[in-house]
Amino acid sequence: MTKTAFYNNPRFRSAFYQIVVLVAVVWFAVEFFINARANLETQNLRFGLRFLDDPAGFNISQALISYSEQDNYLRVFFVGLLNTLLVSVLGIVLATILGFAIGLARLSPNWLLARLAGGYVETIRNLPLLFQILFWYLAVLLSMPAPRQSVGVGLQPLLLFAADGFAYLERFGAPDVIAQWWRSLAEWIGPPAVFLNNRGLIMPRAIFGEGSGIVAAALVIAVLAIIGLRIWARRRQDATGARFPVLWASLALLIGLPVLATLAVGSPVSFDVPVLRGFNFVGGTGVIPEFTALLVALTTYTAAFIAEVVRAGVLAVPKGQTEAATALGLRRKTTLRLVVVPQAMRVIIPPLTNQYLNLTKNSTLAVAIGYPDLVAVFAGTTLNQTHKAIEIIAITMAVYLTISLVTSLAMNFYNARMRLTERV
Amino acid sequence: MKRVFSVLGLTLALGLSGGLSGQADAQTLKTVRDRGSLICGVSQGLPGFSSPDDKGNWTGLDVDFCRALAAAIFNDPSKVKFTPLSSKDRFEPLRSSEIDLLSRNTTWTSSRDALFNFVGTIYYDGQGFMVRKALKVNSALELNGASVCAQSGTTTELNLADYFRANNMKYEIVAFGTADETIKAYESGRCDAFTTDVSQLYAERLKLSNVSDHVILPEVISKEPLGPVVRQGDDQWFDVVKWTLFAMLNAEELGISSKNLDEALKSKQPEIRRVLGLEGTHGEQLGLTKDWVARIVRHVGNYGEVFERNVGASSRLGISRGLNRLWTKGGIQYAPPIR
Repeated sequence: MTKTAFYNNPRFRSAFYQIVVLVAVVWFAVEFFINARANLETQNLRFGLRFLDDPAGFNISQALISYSEQDNYLRVFFVGLLNTLLVSVLGIVLATILGFAIGLARLSPNWLLARLAGGYVETIRNLPLLFQILFWYLAVLLSMPAPRQSVGVGLQPLLLFAADGFAYLERFGAPDVIAQWWRSLAEWIGPPAVFLNNRGLIMPRAIFGEGSGIVAAALVIAVLAIIGLRIWARRRQDATGARFPVLWASLALLIGLPVLATLAVGSPVSFDVPVLRGFNFVGGTGVIPEFTALLVALTTYTAAFIAEVVRAGVLAVPKGQTEAATALGLRRKTTLRLVVVPQAMRVIIPPLTNQYLNLTKNSTLAVAIGYPDLVAVFAGTTLNQTHKAIEIIAITMAVYLTISLVTSLAMNFYNARMRLTERV
Repeated sequence: MKRVFSVLGLTLALGLSGGLSGQADAQTLKTVRDRGSLICGVSQGLPGFSSPDDKGNWTGLDVDFCRALAAAIFNDPSKVKFTPLSSKDRFEPLRSSEIDLLSRNTTWTSSRDALFNFVGTIYYDGQGFMVRKALKVNSALELNGASVCAQSGTTTELNLADYFRANNMKYEIVAFGTADETIKAYESGRCDAFTTDVSQLYAERLKLSNVSDHVILPEVISKEPLGPVVRQGDDQWFDVVKWTLFAMLNAEELGISSKNLDEALKSKQPEIRRVLGLEGTHGEQLGLTKDWVARIVRHVGNYGEVFERNVGASSRLGISRGLNRLWTKGGIQYAPPIR
C-alpha cells in the first residue's frame, strides 16, 4: 500500500480549508469593526450604545407597553419590536388558518368552491404586497365614516333597522305593535359600545377589579383540564376503541368554568365604555387602522402562498393511501384528518417555514402606512434623531435575524417530530 | 503578503461607504469643479421650496440656492443635479458624500450642528397646524384629543410632543415616512390636524383637492430656522456655500437685482463695486472668481427676487415675507458685509 502525501489526505484537506475559511471570516469581522470605529472617529462620532438611554421625545400611536415621550430610546426599541411581533405572530396564525382552508378548498370536489379558491390564489399572489397594503389602508379603512358619524357595531342598530322595516310594512296593513316591540327590545339592549370609524375600531376596555384573579385561575384550570381530558380520551380510545366528544366537553369547560367563577365572586370585571367627546371617542380601547390594514394585507397575501403549499402537500400523498382508508371504511373527513394531512405535513412544513419568514420580513412595509413597527420607529425616527446609523442598523438586522432563526428552529423541531418513523 | 492585506483592508474601509469620505473628500470645491456639476440634495416635492414640474425641471427657493451656488462656481446655473430625499433619509447621503450639500428645508438645531455644518438661515420658519374648516377649531389650544398627522424623523414630531405636553393636552400621532403619504392620510380623514412648518403647510395645502376647506391655525409653536447644510471638515466649501447665501442677501440690501445688474456694474458706489468684483479680490479669497456675486445675481437673482418668485405674495403659495424681510425693512435677515 502506497502512503498518500498528507496534503492529499481528504480529512486533512477538509479540515485545512475549513480553518482557512474560519480565519478569513473572523479576520474580516475584526477588520470591519476596527475600520468602522476609526472612520466614525474621524467623523466625530463614537461607536456606542449609550444613546439608548437618551429621552426619545416623540410619541408613538400604538404601544403594547406603557410609553410616553419622556421614555428613552431603549423603550422605543421595545415598543417597535412588540408591534412587529404582534403583527407577525397574528399574521402567521391567521394566514395559516386561511391558507389551509383555501388550499383544501381548491382540492374540493365542489366545482364552485374549487374555482373560487383558485381565483383567490391567482389574484392575490400576483398583485404586489405594497399595493395591497395601500388598498386596505386608503381604499377600505380610511373610507370609513368620520368619528362623529361612527358606525355602531352591536345588536341595537340591527334591531332598530328591523323596527324601521316593520314600520314601513304598517303602510300595507301590518299591526303597529310589531315595530314598537322591536324598538323597545332595542332600547332594552342598550346602545352599542363598539364603534367603527376612520380612526379605527373602538371598543370597551375591561377593568379587572378585586377577585378577577379567581376568574383568571378558573381559566387556567379549564385549559389544564382540557389537556388532561384529551390525554385521557386518547388513552381510552386506544384501549377500548370508545370515543369521547372532546371538542364539546372542552368548549363547555372553557366557557363554563370562568362564567361560574365570575358569578361566584360577583362580577369583578367592569368595562370602560368609550364616549364620543371632542374629536373622537374617549375611553375604551381601540385598534388603529394602520394595524388592521397591515394585518389583513399580510394575512391574505401570505395565505395565497400557503394555500398552494398545502395543495402541493396533499397532492404529494399517493392516491393509494386515500383508497386504502376508504376501503377500511373511514369517512372522507376522517381520512383527511388521520391519513392525508399527517403525511402531507412532511411536504408542507419546509416551504411553510419560508412563508412564515416572508411574512415577518414583509411586515417592514408598515412604514408606508405609518404603522409604528421596529423599522419605522427605531431604524427610522430614532436613527434620524441620533444619527447612530451603524449601531441601529446592526441592532435591527440582529433582531430580524433572531426572529427568523427562532421561527426556523421551531419549525425544524416540528418537522423532526412529524418525520416518518420507520419500524426497525 | 502584507501588501495584499493592506490592499484588502483599504477595500474594506471603502466598502464602509460613508466611512472614509469625511477625510478623503475634504476638497469638495475641487471635486465639484472636476466633476463639472454640483449635486444637491432637495425634497421629494415641496411646492415653493423644491419640486419638479411635469418636464422634470426643478424650481423653488431651495433649488434656486443650489443654482446660485452653481452660478458662482461655473457661471452656469444649470450645472446642478438634484437628488430628491425624504426627511428621514436626508442626512446619510450628505455624510457619505453622495451629495455636495443638502438644501432641503432643514431646521438648524444644536444636535444636527454637532454633526454637520449649517451655513445660515435661508428661511425663518415655525411649526403650525392645518385643520378642516368644518371642525370649527380656531386655535391650536383647542386640539385636545385630536389625531395629528406628521412626517416621521423630523423636528416636527418632537415639537408636537413638547407642545401638547406643555399645555397638558392629549393627542394621537400618526407618523408617515414621506410628505405625500402624510398629506394623503390627512386628506382621507385619518387625522384632525396636519402639522409641519408653516411654509410647508401652505405648500402642502396646494396639493389638497379643495384648498379653501382647510385653514392654517394662527399659533406658531416653534422656531424653525431652515438652511442649507454641508459636511464638517471642509472649511473652504463651508465658506463658499455660506457666502453664496450672504451674497444673495447683500445684493438685495444694495439694491442689485437681475434686472438692473448692467447699470449696477457701471456704478461708482464703492460698496457695489466691491461686491460685484470691480474692486478687490474678495471672490478669489473664497476660492471663487472676482465676479461671483454678479454671476449669482445675473443667473438667479438676489434673495428678495428668489423669495418672491418661489414663495412670496405673487407666487402660488402667497406667503408674506414676515421675519424674512431684510433687517433694514423690519425683518431679521442680516448678512455680514463683503469686504
